Amino acid sequence: MKSITIEKRGKLRDFIARRKPIIEDWKHTLYLWKSTKLAMIGTVIIVIFILIAIFAPIIVPYDPISSNMSARLQPPSWDHLFGTDQFGRDIFSRVIVGSRIELWIIFLVSLISGGLGTFLGVVAGYFGKFVDEIIMRITDMFLAFPSLVLAMAFAAALGPSLTNTIIAISVVGWTVFARLARAEAMKIKKQPYIEAIRAVGAGNSRIMFLHVLPMCLSPVLVQLTLRMGTIILTAAGLGFLGLGVRPPLPEWGSMVSDGRSYLVAQWWISTFPGIAIAFVVLGFNFLGDGIRDIMDPRLRR
Amino acid sequence: MPTEVKTETLLSVENLKKYFPVKRGAFRRLLYVRAVDDVTFQVPKESVFAVVGESGSGKTTLGRTVLRLIEPTSGKIIYKNEDFTKISLKSLRIFRRKMQIISQDPYNSLHPRKLVKDIIGEGLKIHFHMSSNEILDTVKETLERVGLREEHMFRYPHEFSGGQRQRIATARAIVLKPEFLVLDEPTSALDVSVQAIILKMFKDLKSSLSLTYLFITHDLAVVDYMSDYVAVMYLGQIMEMGTKEDVFNNTAHPYTILLMNSIPVPDPRHKNKKMIPKGEIPSSINPPSGCRFHTRCPYAKEVCKKEEPKFVKISKGHFVKCHFPIIE
Repeated sequence: MKSITIEKRGKLRDFIARRKPIIEDWKHTLYLWKSTKLAMIGTVIIVIFILIAIFAPIIVPYDPISSNMSARLQPPSWDHLFGTDQFGRDIFSRVIVGSRIELWIIFLVSLISGGLGTFLGVVAGYFGKFVDEIIMRITDMFLAFPSLVLAMAFAAALGPSLTNTIIAISVVGWTVFARLARAEAMKIKKQPYIEAIRAVGAGNSRIMFLHVLPMCLSPVLVQLTLRMGTIILTAAGLGFLGLGVRPPLPEWGSMVSDGRSYLVAQWWISTFPGIAIAFVVLGFNFLGDGIRDIMDPRLRR
Repeated sequence: MPTEVKTETLLSVENLKKYFPVKRGAFRRLLYVRAVDDVTFQVPKESVFAVVGESGSGKTTLGRTVLRLIEPTSGKIIYKNEDFTKISLKSLRIFRRKMQIISQDPYNSLHPRKLVKDIIGEGLKIHFHMSSNEILDTVKETLERVGLREEHMFRYPHEFSGGQRQRIATARAIVLKPEFLVLDEPTSALDVSVQAIILKMFKDLKSSLSLTYLFITHDLAVVDYMSDYVAVMYLGQIMEMGTKEDVFNNTAHPYTILLMNSIPVPDPRHKNKKMIPKGEIPSSINPPSGCRFHTRCPYAKEVCKKEEPKFVKISKGHFVKCHFPIIE
């Protein structure tokens, strides 16, 4: 009985007390967020982008995939806000539905490349010596190629499809996070609190994942936000080159590519997906810059 | 006093050496920093063994090497008749419970993103496999023991002062019920008023938990207050070792005398005519030949430059490494 009440009391107190400094910290972050103009603009763009992706099936006026030959190559009008393409598909609907594909690519690529890079980087930085040598030389090999060329090579080898695009971009992108996490892990592992926990008797994996890793996350997260724009650009680039998502799926890059031969007379086919790409990339860059500034300890207090 | 009492030895260090390799110069020659060079001493059970020395004398390295936080280059560390240098890394982790360290910097020795209860309770999770409920109870008990309160459990380290942080670090060490504690200048980062309170806490903990301390410090006043035995280190070697009474009252090594003379006297009219050590401590990469102290010793003679003095016993339990020990 006694122990149960202690636990309840402890948990309640834990809940409030534990969150108090976190709440204070978030309030301060929010204040900084509001006072950083670019971060606000970026946030607004990204929030709109995500909302569009979520509500895409409700917004779209036409089927984005099935063709309608009687309405092909129509200029922008109130019927077709962004016009139609050579198969009579509504560009507006395709751009809206395309946001879902882009978001899915960003999410998975961030997860795979961020996760893989952070993991390898922490392992390399923590163990050092030959483990570090092996992992970092592999990283150097990946960095020796221009990233788009390498992504193209992977996409071409795997064959064009949504999954393969994601794999190709992830495989190219993890190196940045590996280097960042390694540098951070090397710094953290020399801290006295790591030695202290080792003296308590913790093993390598406990120290690495419960003590070193959490301290490496914040620069990785900032970099991840900054890279999201690049991820879209790479995906669009692959799509444009025909190495990305297969044609009927409305991926923005391949849509730009579709309108290539009509660019002079029917400019709207390529322009609207292009603008969509530009806006979202800009939004992520603003957001990334903003987060980097907000995380900067010199600006914080 | 401790001299007369026949006590059991808890920790015995024999010919311990720790050389750090460094590459220097145009040809990247491999040289060694002799941080700890042939150190031998015994720590009796439930005593306080103080190691004093200037910065750079290797006393911190000694403390870390004794716990194998740094692997020794050679030598033996015998803890309760078991050679600590020979046991495997796996059993070392289990062994670590019995030997804990409190480091000099309380600001960096606590994980900044963890709650106090997690910092202290981590060891319990590793060694005793307690439930989270039991851990909370034990942590609470331990916090009270080091003079903190239950409510401090759910706070982050940055919310505490230096003295309180040192108490948390102490709680993290004693929660594992250790037998032996290395205190590595535990008060050097604290201001004077807090120092006294923390030292008092260490003294109380020692008697209530029957602990043994290896107390590393540069402050002779702290040594006088805390310790039973003293070893004076200079450039990785022990120059003089014995009970506190022997070393303080029957000082035999010139270096120890100079160290004693350098204690400031709080009297503006006091004119310091006594000799104090001149200059800086020499480099431990290339230590002076013969007696390591000859470059700064006022009594140095020719033989001191050539021959390294032996570590000789001048009375029961009192050892000196000098060609011309001062014996009254």
